Amino acid sequence: MPQALTASGFMSLDSGLTPWASANQSVPADVAAANDSESPDQRRAAWMAAAQAGDRRAYEKVLADSVALIRAAARRQGVAQDHLDDVVQETLITVHRVRHTYDPTRSYDAWLSAIASRRAIDALRSRGRRDSREVHDDFALDRHPDVDDASAAVESEQRAQRLRAAIAELPPGQREAVEQLGLRERSLGETAELTGRNTGALKVNLHRALKALRERFHGES
Amino acid sequence: MSDPRSHEALIDQLGTELVPVRRLLPPWLRTAGWLLVVAAIAAVLLMHYGLDPMLRRWAGTPDLGWAGMGAVITAITAAWAAFALGVPGRRAAWAWLPLPGALLWVGASGLGCLRVHVRDLIAPGTQLATMHQSADCLVFIISFSVPLSVLLIVLLRRACPLRPVLTAVMVGLASAAASASLLEICHSYDAAATDLLTHALAVAIVVAVNAAMGGRLLSRA
Repeated sequence: MPQALTASGFMSLDSGLTPWASANQSVPADVAAANDSESPDQRRAAWMAAAQAGDRRAYEKVLADSVALIRAAARRQGVAQDHLDDVVQETLITVHRVRHTYDPTRSYDAWLSAIASRRAIDALRSRGRRDSREVHDDFALDRHPDVDDASAAVESEQRAQRLRAAIAELPPGQREAVEQLGLRERSLGETAELTGRNTGALKVNLHRALKALRERFHGES
Repeated sequence: MSDPRSHEALIDQLGTELVPVRRLLPPWLRTAGWLLVVAAIAAVLLMHYGLDPMLRRWAGTPDLGWAGMGAVITAITAAWAAFALGVPGRRAAWAWLPLPGALLWVGASGLGCLRVHVRDLIAPGTQLATMHQSADCLVFIISFSVPLSVLLIVLLRRACPLRPVLTAVMVGLASAAASASLLEICHSYDAAATDLLTHALAVAIVVAVNAAMGGRLLSRA
Protein backbone atom coordinates (compact mmCIF):
# COMPACT_ATOMS: atom_id res chain seq x y z
CA MET A 1 0.00 0.00 0.00
CA PRO A 2 2.28 2.73 -1.27
CA GLN A 3 -0.21 5.56 -0.72
CA ALA A 4 -0.80 4.67 2.90
CA LEU A 5 2.92 4.46 3.49
CA THR A 6 3.47 7.83 1.89
CA ALA A 7 0.67 9.40 3.85
CA SER A 8 1.72 8.04 7.22
CA GLY A 9 5.33 8.81 6.35
CA PHE A 10 4.39 12.45 5.89
CA MET A 11 2.47 12.41 9.11
CA SER A 12 5.33 11.07 11.17
CA LEU A 13 7.63 13.61 9.51
CA ASP A 14 5.12 16.29 10.36
CA SER A 15 4.89 15.30 14.00
CA GLY A 16 8.67 14.98 14.11
CA LEU A 17 9.06 18.58 12.93
CA THR A 18 6.67 19.90 15.56
CA PRO A 19 7.28 17.76 18.61
CA TRP A 20 6.31 20.41 21.16
CA ALA A 21 3.18 21.43 19.39
CA SER A 22 1.81 17.92 19.37
CA ALA A 23 3.30 16.55 22.57
CA ASN A 24 2.78 19.39 25.00
CA GLN A 25 -0.69 20.56 24.17
CA SER A 26 -2.87 17.62 23.57
CA VAL A 27 -1.38 14.14 23.63
CA PRO A 28 -1.80 12.19 26.87
CA ALA A 29 1.50 11.68 28.67
CA ASP A 30 1.87 7.96 28.00
CA VAL A 31 1.01 8.31 24.34
CA ALA A 32 3.39 11.26 23.91
CA ALA A 33 6.22 9.37 25.56
CA ALA A 34 5.63 6.47 23.23
CA ASN A 35 5.62 8.72 20.18
CA ASP A 36 9.36 8.55 19.56
CA SER A 37 9.83 4.81 19.57
CA GLU A 38 6.53 3.67 18.07
CA SER A 39 5.50 3.25 14.46
CA PRO A 40 2.55 5.34 13.20
CA ASP A 41 0.38 2.24 13.38
CA GLN A 42 1.27 1.63 17.03
CA ARG A 43 0.70 5.29 17.81
CA ARG A 44 -2.76 5.16 16.26
CA ALA A 45 -3.45 1.91 18.15
CA ALA A 46 -2.61 3.65 21.43
CA TRP A 47 -4.83 6.60 20.52
CA MET A 48 -7.74 4.33 19.64
CA ALA A 49 -7.29 2.40 22.88
CA ALA A 50 -7.47 5.71 24.75
CA ALA A 51 -10.52 6.69 22.70
CA GLN A 52 -12.26 3.45 23.70
CA ALA A 53 -11.82 4.60 27.27
CA GLY A 54 -13.41 7.95 26.37
CA ASP A 55 -10.35 10.18 25.61
CA ARG A 56 -11.79 12.68 23.15
CA ARG A 57 -8.49 14.28 22.12
CA ALA A 58 -6.89 10.94 21.31
CA TYR A 59 -10.04 10.03 19.39
CA GLU A 60 -9.97 13.16 17.24
CA LYS A 61 -6.29 12.61 16.55
CA VAL A 62 -6.73 9.03 15.47
CA LEU A 63 -9.70 9.95 13.25
CA ALA A 64 -7.80 12.82 11.63
CA ASP A 65 -4.88 10.45 11.10
CA SER A 66 -7.25 7.90 9.58
CA VAL A 67 -8.50 10.09 6.71
CA ALA A 68 -5.41 9.51 4.55
CA LEU A 69 -5.49 5.77 5.25
CA ILE A 70 -9.17 5.56 4.33
CA ARG A 71 -8.56 7.44 1.08
CA ALA A 72 -5.72 5.06 0.24
CA ALA A 73 -7.87 2.00 0.97
CA ALA A 74 -10.77 3.40 -1.10
CA ARG A 75 -8.43 4.22 -3.99
CA ARG A 76 -7.10 0.65 -3.90
CA GLN A 77 -10.69 -0.60 -4.31
CA GLY A 78 -11.05 1.59 -7.40
CA VAL A 79 -13.16 4.44 -6.03
CA ALA A 80 -12.97 7.52 -8.26
CA GLN A 81 -11.26 10.64 -6.95
CA ASP A 82 -14.58 12.54 -6.78
CA HIS A 83 -16.15 10.00 -4.46
CA LEU A 84 -13.26 9.43 -2.04
CA ASP A 85 -14.66 11.95 0.42
CA ASP A 86 -18.00 10.14 0.59
CA VAL A 87 -16.17 6.93 1.49
CA VAL A 88 -14.12 8.81 4.10
CA GLN A 89 -17.28 10.10 5.76
CA GLU A 90 -19.06 6.75 5.66
CA THR A 91 -16.00 5.02 7.08
CA LEU A 92 -15.56 7.54 9.90
CA ILE A 93 -19.18 7.04 10.90
CA THR A 94 -18.76 3.24 10.82
CA VAL A 95 -15.55 3.49 12.85
CA HIS A 96 -17.46 5.50 15.44
CA ARG A 97 -20.23 2.90 15.58
CA VAL A 98 -17.97 -0.17 15.86
CA ARG A 99 -15.03 1.29 17.78
CA HIS A 100 -15.59 -1.32 20.51
CA THR A 101 -14.54 -4.07 18.07
CA TYR A 102 -10.98 -2.79 17.87
CA ASP A 103 -8.49 -4.92 19.80
CA PRO A 104 -5.51 -2.73 20.83
CA THR A 105 -3.15 -5.70 20.71
CA ARG A 106 -3.67 -5.87 16.95
CA SER A 107 -2.94 -3.49 14.07
CA TYR A 108 -5.13 -0.40 13.94
CA ASP A 109 -4.32 0.15 10.27
CA ALA A 110 -5.49 -3.36 9.33
CA TRP A 111 -8.72 -2.86 11.28
CA LEU A 112 -9.38 0.53 9.69
CA SER A 113 -8.44 -0.59 6.18
CA ALA A 114 -10.85 -3.52 6.39
CA ILE A 115 -13.73 -1.18 7.28
CA ALA A 116 -12.69 1.39 4.65
CA SER A 117 -12.45 -1.28 1.94
CA ARG A 118 -15.92 -2.53 2.78
CA ARG A 119 -17.39 0.97 2.69
CA ALA A 120 -15.57 1.59 -0.62
CA ILE A 121 -17.11 -1.57 -2.10
CA ASP A 122 -20.54 -0.50 -0.81
CA ALA A 123 -20.08 2.89 -2.47
CA LEU A 124 -19.03 1.28 -5.77
CA ARG A 125 -22.01 -1.08 -5.65
CA SER A 126 -24.59 1.59 -4.93
CA ARG A 127 -23.06 3.78 -7.64
CA GLY A 128 -23.22 0.84 -10.03
CA ARG A 129 -26.86 0.27 -9.19
CA ARG A 130 -27.65 3.94 -9.66
CA ASP A 131 -25.82 4.08 -12.99
CA SER A 132 -27.66 1.06 -14.31
CA ARG A 133 -30.98 2.73 -13.51
CA GLU A 134 -30.08 6.07 -15.02
CA VAL A 135 -30.19 6.73 -18.78
CA HIS A 136 -27.17 8.37 -20.30
CA ASP A 137 -28.69 10.45 -23.10
CA ASP A 138 -28.02 14.15 -22.99
CA PHE A 139 -30.86 14.96 -25.38
CA ALA A 140 -33.43 12.66 -23.84
CA LEU A 141 -34.65 15.29 -21.45
CA ASP A 142 -35.16 17.85 -24.21
CA ARG A 143 -36.99 15.42 -26.42
CA HIS A 144 -39.07 13.95 -23.67
CA PRO A 145 -42.53 15.54 -23.76
CA ASP A 146 -44.00 15.62 -20.33
CA VAL A 147 -47.62 15.90 -19.37
CA ASP A 148 -47.61 19.61 -18.70
CA ASP A 149 -46.05 20.36 -22.05
CA ALA A 150 -48.66 18.31 -23.87
CA SER A 151 -51.65 20.08 -22.34
CA ALA A 152 -49.95 23.45 -22.77
CA ALA A 153 -49.38 22.68 -26.45
CA VAL A 154 -53.01 21.76 -26.97
CA GLU A 155 -54.12 24.90 -25.20
CA SER A 156 -51.94 27.22 -27.26
CA GLU A 157 -53.08 25.47 -30.42
CA GLN A 158 -56.70 26.13 -29.46
CA ARG A 159 -55.92 29.74 -28.73
CA ALA A 160 -54.27 30.16 -32.14
CA GLN A 161 -57.33 28.68 -33.82
CA ARG A 162 -59.62 31.09 -32.05
CA LEU A 163 -57.36 33.97 -33.05
CA ARG A 164 -57.37 32.88 -36.70
CA ALA A 165 -61.16 32.64 -36.61
CA ALA A 166 -61.41 36.09 -35.06
CA ILE A 167 -59.13 37.56 -37.71
CA ALA A 168 -61.21 35.95 -40.45
CA GLU A 169 -64.30 37.69 -39.09
CA LEU A 170 -62.69 41.17 -39.25
CA PRO A 171 -63.74 43.63 -42.03
CA PRO A 172 -61.60 43.04 -45.17
CA GLY A 173 -59.43 46.16 -44.74
CA GLN A 174 -58.55 45.36 -41.16
CA ARG A 175 -58.02 41.67 -41.93
CA GLU A 176 -55.56 42.46 -44.69
CA ALA A 177 -53.65 44.85 -42.43
CA VAL A 178 -53.31 42.23 -39.67
CA GLU A 179 -52.38 39.43 -42.06
CA GLN A 180 -49.76 41.34 -43.95
CA LEU A 181 -48.27 43.54 -41.24
CA GLY A 182 -48.79 41.35 -38.18
CA LEU A 183 -48.61 37.72 -39.30
CA ARG A 184 -46.37 37.90 -42.39
CA GLU A 185 -44.30 40.69 -40.89
CA ARG A 186 -44.25 42.77 -44.05
CA SER A 187 -43.26 46.41 -43.93
CA LEU A 188 -45.78 49.20 -44.41
CA GLY A 189 -44.33 50.00 -47.85
CA GLU A 190 -44.55 46.41 -49.09
CA THR A 191 -48.10 46.05 -47.83
CA ALA A 192 -49.15 49.33 -49.40
CA GLU A 193 -47.77 48.16 -52.74
CA LEU A 194 -49.42 44.74 -52.41
CA THR A 195 -52.88 45.93 -51.37
CA GLY A 196 -52.98 49.26 -53.19
CA ARG A 197 -53.86 51.13 -49.98
CA ASN A 198 -51.85 54.00 -48.58
CA THR A 199 -49.77 53.52 -45.51
CA GLY A 200 -51.90 55.82 -43.36
CA ALA A 201 -55.01 53.76 -44.04
CA LEU A 202 -53.10 50.59 -43.27
CA LYS A 203 -51.97 51.97 -39.94
CA VAL A 204 -55.51 52.94 -39.02
CA ASN A 205 -56.83 49.55 -40.10
CA LEU A 206 -54.20 47.68 -38.11
CA HIS A 207 -54.90 49.82 -35.09
CA ARG A 208 -58.64 49.18 -35.31
CA ALA A 209 -58.14 45.46 -35.95
CA LEU A 210 -55.89 45.06 -32.92
CA LYS A 211 -58.34 47.02 -30.81
CA ALA A 212 -61.22 44.79 -31.93
CA LEU A 213 -59.26 41.60 -31.30
CA ARG A 214 -58.05 42.84 -27.91
CA GLU A 215 -61.60 43.64 -26.87
CA ARG A 216 -62.81 40.29 -28.06
CA PHE A 217 -60.18 38.18 -26.25
CA HIS A 218 -60.03 40.26 -23.11
CA GLY A 219 -63.79 40.12 -22.85
CA GLU A 220 -63.53 36.32 -23.06
CA SER A 221 -60.93 35.61 -20.49
CA MET B 1 -10.46 16.92 -4.46
CA SER B 2 -10.14 16.57 -0.73
CA ASP B 3 -12.63 18.20 1.54
CA PRO B 4 -10.77 18.54 4.84
CA ARG B 5 -13.25 20.98 6.35
CA SER B 6 -16.23 18.64 6.20
CA HIS B 7 -14.07 15.81 7.60
CA GLU B 8 -12.99 18.07 10.43
CA ALA B 9 -16.60 18.93 11.16
CA LEU B 10 -17.57 15.27 11.21
CA ILE B 11 -14.61 14.30 13.40
CA ASP B 12 -15.53 17.11 15.78
CA GLN B 13 -19.11 15.91 15.89
CA LEU B 14 -18.08 12.29 16.49
CA GLY B 15 -15.76 13.56 19.23
CA THR B 16 -18.67 15.18 21.04
CA GLU B 17 -20.59 11.91 20.85
CA LEU B 18 -17.69 9.90 22.27
CA VAL B 19 -18.48 7.79 25.30
CA PRO B 20 -16.33 5.01 26.79
CA VAL B 21 -17.11 1.62 25.27
CA ARG B 22 -16.75 -1.91 26.57
CA ARG B 23 -14.28 -3.70 24.34
CA LEU B 24 -15.44 -6.81 22.51
CA LEU B 25 -14.15 -10.03 24.09
CA PRO B 26 -11.70 -12.04 21.95
CA PRO B 27 -13.35 -14.44 19.47
CA TRP B 28 -12.27 -17.62 21.30
CA LEU B 29 -13.89 -16.42 24.52
CA ARG B 30 -17.12 -15.55 22.76
CA THR B 31 -17.04 -18.96 21.05
CA ALA B 32 -16.65 -20.57 24.46
CA GLY B 33 -19.71 -18.68 25.68
CA TRP B 34 -21.86 -20.02 22.87
CA LEU B 35 -20.49 -23.55 23.32
CA LEU B 36 -21.46 -23.33 26.98
CA VAL B 37 -25.10 -22.99 25.91
CA VAL B 38 -24.72 -25.99 23.58
CA ALA B 39 -23.09 -27.95 26.42
CA ALA B 40 -25.98 -27.07 28.73
CA ILE B 41 -28.47 -28.44 26.18
CA ALA B 42 -26.29 -31.56 25.80
CA ALA B 43 -26.28 -32.01 29.58
CA VAL B 44 -30.07 -31.86 29.70
CA LEU B 45 -30.37 -34.39 26.87
CA LEU B 46 -27.80 -36.68 28.53
CA MET B 47 -29.72 -36.54 31.79
CA HIS B 48 -32.83 -37.59 29.93
CA TYR B 49 -31.38 -40.26 27.64
CA GLY B 50 -28.29 -41.32 29.57
CA LEU B 51 -24.81 -41.80 28.17
CA ASP B 52 -25.03 -45.57 27.65
CA PRO B 53 -27.02 -45.83 24.41
CA MET B 54 -24.68 -43.42 22.66
CA LEU B 55 -21.52 -45.14 23.87
CA ARG B 56 -22.90 -48.57 23.01
CA ARG B 57 -23.78 -47.45 19.53
CA TRP B 58 -20.34 -45.88 19.06
CA ALA B 59 -18.63 -49.03 20.31
CA GLY B 60 -20.64 -51.06 17.82
CA THR B 61 -20.07 -48.70 14.90
CA PRO B 62 -16.91 -46.62 15.34
CA ASP B 63 -17.68 -44.66 12.16
CA LEU B 64 -20.60 -43.03 13.93
CA GLY B 65 -18.28 -42.06 16.77
CA TRP B 66 -15.93 -40.43 14.28
CA ALA B 67 -18.82 -38.71 12.55
CA GLY B 68 -20.06 -37.37 15.88
CA MET B 69 -16.56 -36.18 16.70
CA GLY B 70 -16.40 -34.48 13.30
CA ALA B 71 -19.71 -32.73 13.96
CA VAL B 72 -18.48 -31.46 17.33
CA ILE B 73 -15.21 -30.18 15.81
CA THR B 74 -17.18 -28.53 12.99
CA ALA B 75 -19.48 -26.79 15.47
CA ILE B 76 -16.55 -25.44 17.50
CA THR B 77 -14.44 -24.32 14.55
CA ALA B 78 -17.34 -22.83 12.57
CA ALA B 79 -18.48 -20.81 15.59
CA TRP B 80 -14.92 -19.63 16.17
CA ALA B 81 -14.59 -18.67 12.50
CA ALA B 82 -17.89 -16.75 12.67
CA PHE B 83 -16.72 -14.76 15.70
CA ALA B 84 -13.33 -14.10 14.10
CA LEU B 85 -15.02 -12.87 10.90
CA GLY B 86 -17.05 -10.52 13.07
CA VAL B 87 -13.93 -8.51 13.86
CA PRO B 88 -12.73 -6.11 11.11
CA GLY B 89 -9.21 -6.80 9.94
CA ARG B 90 -9.30 -10.56 10.56
CA ARG B 91 -8.58 -12.55 7.44
CA ALA B 92 -11.32 -14.21 5.42
CA ALA B 93 -9.18 -17.37 5.49
CA TRP B 94 -10.79 -18.05 8.88
CA ALA B 95 -13.69 -19.47 6.89
CA TRP B 96 -11.52 -22.51 6.04
CA LEU B 97 -11.12 -23.43 9.71
CA PRO B 98 -14.20 -25.72 9.89
CA LEU B 99 -13.19 -27.64 6.75
CA PRO B 100 -11.18 -30.50 8.39
CA GLY B 101 -13.92 -31.14 10.96
CA ALA B 102 -16.60 -31.02 8.27
CA LEU B 103 -14.62 -33.49 6.11
CA LEU B 104 -14.34 -35.89 9.05
CA TRP B 105 -18.06 -35.50 9.76
CA VAL B 106 -19.21 -36.08 6.18
CA GLY B 107 -16.53 -38.68 5.42
CA ALA B 108 -17.21 -40.83 8.50
CA SER B 109 -20.98 -40.61 7.99
CA GLY B 110 -20.57 -41.63 4.36
CA LEU B 111 -18.28 -44.53 5.27
CA GLY B 112 -20.71 -45.69 7.95
CA CYS B 113 -23.51 -45.59 5.45
CA LEU B 114 -21.48 -47.57 2.93
CA ARG B 115 -20.50 -50.14 5.55
CA VAL B 116 -24.13 -50.65 6.57
CA HIS B 117 -25.10 -51.37 3.00
CA VAL B 118 -22.25 -53.84 2.57
CA ARG B 119 -23.28 -55.58 5.80
CA ASP B 120 -26.87 -55.67 4.63
CA LEU B 121 -25.83 -57.72 1.67
CA ILE B 122 -24.19 -60.27 3.98
CA ALA B 123 -26.55 -60.24 6.95
CA PRO B 124 -29.80 -58.39 6.35
CA GLY B 125 -32.09 -57.40 9.18
CA THR B 126 -30.19 -54.79 11.19
CA GLN B 127 -32.23 -51.86 12.36
CA LEU B 128 -32.25 -49.07 9.86
CA ALA B 129 -33.92 -45.73 9.90
CA THR B 130 -37.25 -45.58 8.15
CA MET B 131 -38.42 -42.53 6.28
CA HIS B 132 -40.48 -41.55 9.30
CA GLN B 133 -37.51 -41.66 11.64
CA SER B 134 -35.44 -39.71 9.13
CA ALA B 135 -38.07 -37.00 9.10
CA ASP B 136 -37.69 -36.85 12.88
CA CYS B 137 -33.96 -36.25 12.42
CA LEU B 138 -34.72 -33.42 9.99
CA VAL B 139 -37.11 -31.79 12.45
CA PHE B 140 -34.66 -32.29 15.33
CA ILE B 141 -31.70 -30.70 13.53
CA ILE B 142 -33.71 -27.77 12.21
CA SER B 143 -35.55 -27.07 15.46
CA PHE B 144 -32.32 -27.03 17.47
CA SER B 145 -30.51 -25.03 14.80
CA VAL B 146 -32.98 -22.16 14.93
CA PRO B 147 -32.35 -21.02 18.53
CA LEU B 148 -28.61 -21.71 18.24
CA SER B 149 -28.42 -19.64 15.03
CA VAL B 150 -30.45 -16.84 16.59
CA LEU B 151 -28.12 -16.77 19.59
CA LEU B 152 -25.04 -16.61 17.34
CA ILE B 153 -26.56 -13.84 15.23
CA VAL B 154 -27.48 -11.82 18.32
CA LEU B 155 -23.93 -12.20 19.63
CA LEU B 156 -22.44 -11.31 16.24
CA ARG B 157 -24.58 -8.22 15.82
CA ARG B 158 -22.60 -6.64 18.63
CA ALA B 159 -19.51 -7.20 16.50
CA CYS B 160 -19.02 -5.91 12.96
CA PRO B 161 -19.10 -8.70 10.37
CA LEU B 162 -17.80 -7.04 7.22
CA ARG B 163 -18.53 -10.23 5.23
CA PRO B 164 -22.11 -10.84 6.37
CA VAL B 165 -22.98 -13.71 4.04
CA LEU B 166 -19.77 -15.65 4.71
CA THR B 167 -20.25 -15.11 8.44
CA ALA B 168 -23.87 -16.26 8.17
CA VAL B 169 -22.74 -19.45 6.40
CA MET B 170 -20.40 -20.09 9.36
CA VAL B 171 -23.32 -19.45 11.72
CA GLY B 172 -25.46 -21.97 9.84
CA LEU B 173 -22.68 -24.55 9.75
CA ALA B 174 -21.94 -24.12 13.46
CA SER B 175 -25.55 -24.44 14.57
CA ALA B 176 -26.33 -27.33 12.20
CA ALA B 177 -23.21 -29.21 13.33
CA ALA B 178 -24.03 -28.54 16.98
CA SER B 179 -27.59 -29.82 16.43
CA ALA B 180 -26.27 -32.93 14.68
CA SER B 181 -23.91 -33.48 17.63
CA LEU B 182 -26.83 -33.18 20.04
CA LEU B 183 -28.80 -35.59 17.87
CA GLU B 184 -26.06 -38.18 18.46
CA ILE B 185 -27.14 -38.34 22.12
CA CYS B 186 -30.68 -39.41 21.34
CA HIS B 187 -30.17 -41.09 17.96
CA SER B 188 -31.36 -44.65 18.21
CA TYR B 189 -30.38 -46.15 14.88
CA ASP B 190 -27.52 -46.79 12.55
CA ALA B 191 -26.41 -44.62 9.69
CA ALA B 192 -28.14 -45.34 6.40
CA ALA B 193 -28.46 -43.60 3.10
CA THR B 194 -31.86 -42.10 3.97
CA ASP B 195 -30.58 -41.00 7.35
CA LEU B 196 -27.41 -39.46 5.98
CA LEU B 197 -29.42 -37.76 3.27
CA THR B 198 -31.81 -36.17 5.74
CA HIS B 199 -28.88 -35.00 7.87
CA ALA B 200 -27.26 -33.48 4.81
CA LEU B 201 -30.57 -31.94 3.79
CA ALA B 202 -31.12 -30.48 7.27
CA VAL B 203 -27.61 -29.01 7.35
CA ALA B 204 -28.04 -27.60 3.84
CA ILE B 205 -31.38 -26.02 4.78
CA VAL B 206 -29.95 -24.46 7.95
CA VAL B 207 -26.88 -23.10 6.14
CA ALA B 208 -28.92 -21.80 3.19
CA VAL B 209 -31.53 -20.10 5.38
CA ASN B 210 -28.79 -18.50 7.43
CA ALA B 211 -26.95 -17.32 4.32
CA ALA B 212 -30.16 -15.83 2.93
CA MET B 213 -31.53 -14.24 6.09
CA GLY B 214 -28.57 -14.05 8.42
CA GLY B 215 -26.56 -12.12 5.86
CA ARG B 216 -29.18 -9.40 5.88
CA LEU B 217 -29.48 -9.44 9.67
CA LEU B 218 -25.73 -9.18 10.09
CA SER B 219 -25.07 -6.57 7.42
CA ARG B 220 -27.11 -4.01 9.35
CA ALA B 221 -24.70 -4.38 12.25
